[in-house]
Amino acid sequence: MLELDFVRLVMFLRWLESAILDLGDEMHKFYARICSTGDLGLRLLWHIIHLFVSIWYFVVGLMNTLESFLISSGLFKRYRDLDISKVKYLAVVIDSEEALQTLNVLQLLRWLAAIGLRNVCLYDKEGVLKISQEALKLWLKSERMSNETTGGPLLDPKNISLEVISFSDGKHAVTKAANVLLKKHYLNGNTEKPNLTESDMAEALGKIGHGGAEPDLMLIYGPARCHLGFPAWRIRYTEMVHMGPLKSMKFGALMKAIHRYTMVHQNYGT
Amino acid sequence: MDGKRNTILFKLFGSSISYMRRCLFSVLSVGPVPNHLAFILDGNRRYAKKWNLGEGMGYRAGFLSLMSLIKYCYELGVKYVSIYAFSIDNFRRRPEEVQCVMDLMLEKIEGLLKEESLVNQYGVRVYFIGNLKLLHEPVRLAAERAMKATSNNNNSILLICVAYTSTDEIVHAAQESCEDKWATTQSSANIKDSQDGEEKDTDDVIKLSDIESHMYMRVAPDPDILVRTSGETRLSNFLLWQTSNCLLYSPKALWPEIGLRHLVWGVLNFQRAHPYLERGRKQP
Repeated sequence: MLELDFVRLVMFLRWLESAILDLGDEMHKFYARICSTGDLGLRLLWHIIHLFVSIWYFVVGLMNTLESFLISSGLFKRYRDLDISKVKYLAVVIDSEEALQTLNVLQLLRWLAAIGLRNVCLYDKEGVLKISQEALKLWLKSERMSNETTGGPLLDPKNISLEVISFSDGKHAVTKAANVLLKKHYLNGNTEKPNLTESDMAEALGKIGHGGAEPDLMLIYGPARCHLGFPAWRIRYTEMVHMGPLKSMKFGALMKAIHRYTMVHQNYGT
Repeated sequence: MDGKRNTILFKLFGSSISYMRRCLFSVLSVGPVPNHLAFILDGNRRYAKKWNLGEGMGYRAGFLSLMSLIKYCYELGVKYVSIYAFSIDNFRRRPEEVQCVMDLMLEKIEGLLKEESLVNQYGVRVYFIGNLKLLHEPVRLAAERAMKATSNNNNSILLICVAYTSTDEIVHAAQESCEDKWATTQSSANIKDSQDGEEKDTDDVIKLSDIESHMYMRVAPDPDILVRTSGETRLSNFLLWQTSNCLLYSPKALWPEIGLRHLVWGVLNFQRAHPYLERGRKQP
């Protein structure tokens, strides 16, 4: 009798244990479902916010297109009387994928020459522009010569001086310059500990052919406003303007960016 | 009785604003959240002029904005916050103005060390980044004390750039790399060859990794967003080396006017640009 009761008790306890475990499983599933619904709600809200941001940028894009059209038509006096001498050196940073569209790059250079800019530095991270630089220079030269012969009024026949650089002209150039400084100031048998200055670094960079001028203005053609690794030594006080994708570049937007630059006042820290 | 009721109402209002902010942050956190935010605190003097405040009051107003912004960043989950507090170029300002900023810095650094300060509340480790030898002695000592006192905090990191410029940082890193290599190659054949005057066309001794390991900013990853207030579009010699894949954001507001809406707008733009910037980071 007693043994039978004991067996029944053990069976009952085992049944109770499995019932509790099942209940625990059900509660866990229910909780997970609530969490994922909550997560789903948050995700939905996040997508809605980004939808509104995209709509905002679409509207802003339309307004900018209209403004560029009006500027190109010469409607605004201030853009006709642009003081281009303030932009002594212009840098153009182009996203490497977009830089593959060489015809777009050429069109941009034509516009810059038409505005009156003489010194331009083209930069792209992967060196795509370095590959097409000879073609670009040849095209520009041939257009200049053909305009000189036909007397075309569209382009100013003066030459545009083009510098083309990539990521290797930035950090790697500084590393090479550090090696030059090591050889010059440390490994020359001098016992005194040297104190390197910024002019020492500038001189070393110049010695290895990376001593280009500091651009006044940088136009960034790409999906985001980011200088993409332009040589750090040269952009201390460079104004950086995002122009959007290269394929949707506009002459009016270019004029507006340059005009805005001519209105800027810098304190240089003082 | 009225005063007590007003305090309770004020606290309830504050709590509900804080709750709504946390809700907003939990929605934003669905997308990528920046790991490192950098700020150029521009516009304090213009703010003081705009509101006819006294000399130096613009900086104090700016400090209040800084404290709330840092709090929002840490609530959002940003681990590293860098601020451009004082540039080497700023030493060229009028001596009275430089002294005013140094005095304010000393006062605020000592405030950081107090128990109830923001850094202790949020477990923030503080670094002072720059050529600290150029600072006035009491400020430099206070900065060193603050770095030591917060060295055990590990929730988030605050990098305060003082007496800093990127070009100075690069030269300093090059110098340290040269000194390291000089010390290790003094007795090697390289020196003998150099003294013989031969043009040795060997691999460069200093590598890019050596330079990067001697940068002041080596204690933090590269920033994800660099914010410069007052609408100026230049970096003024701040983090030029570290911003190769960083979104540059220039809200028109002056620094003391910066608020939550600017931070949210910056993060939303970062989330839009994130796939592109992340691709750029992964490339060598």
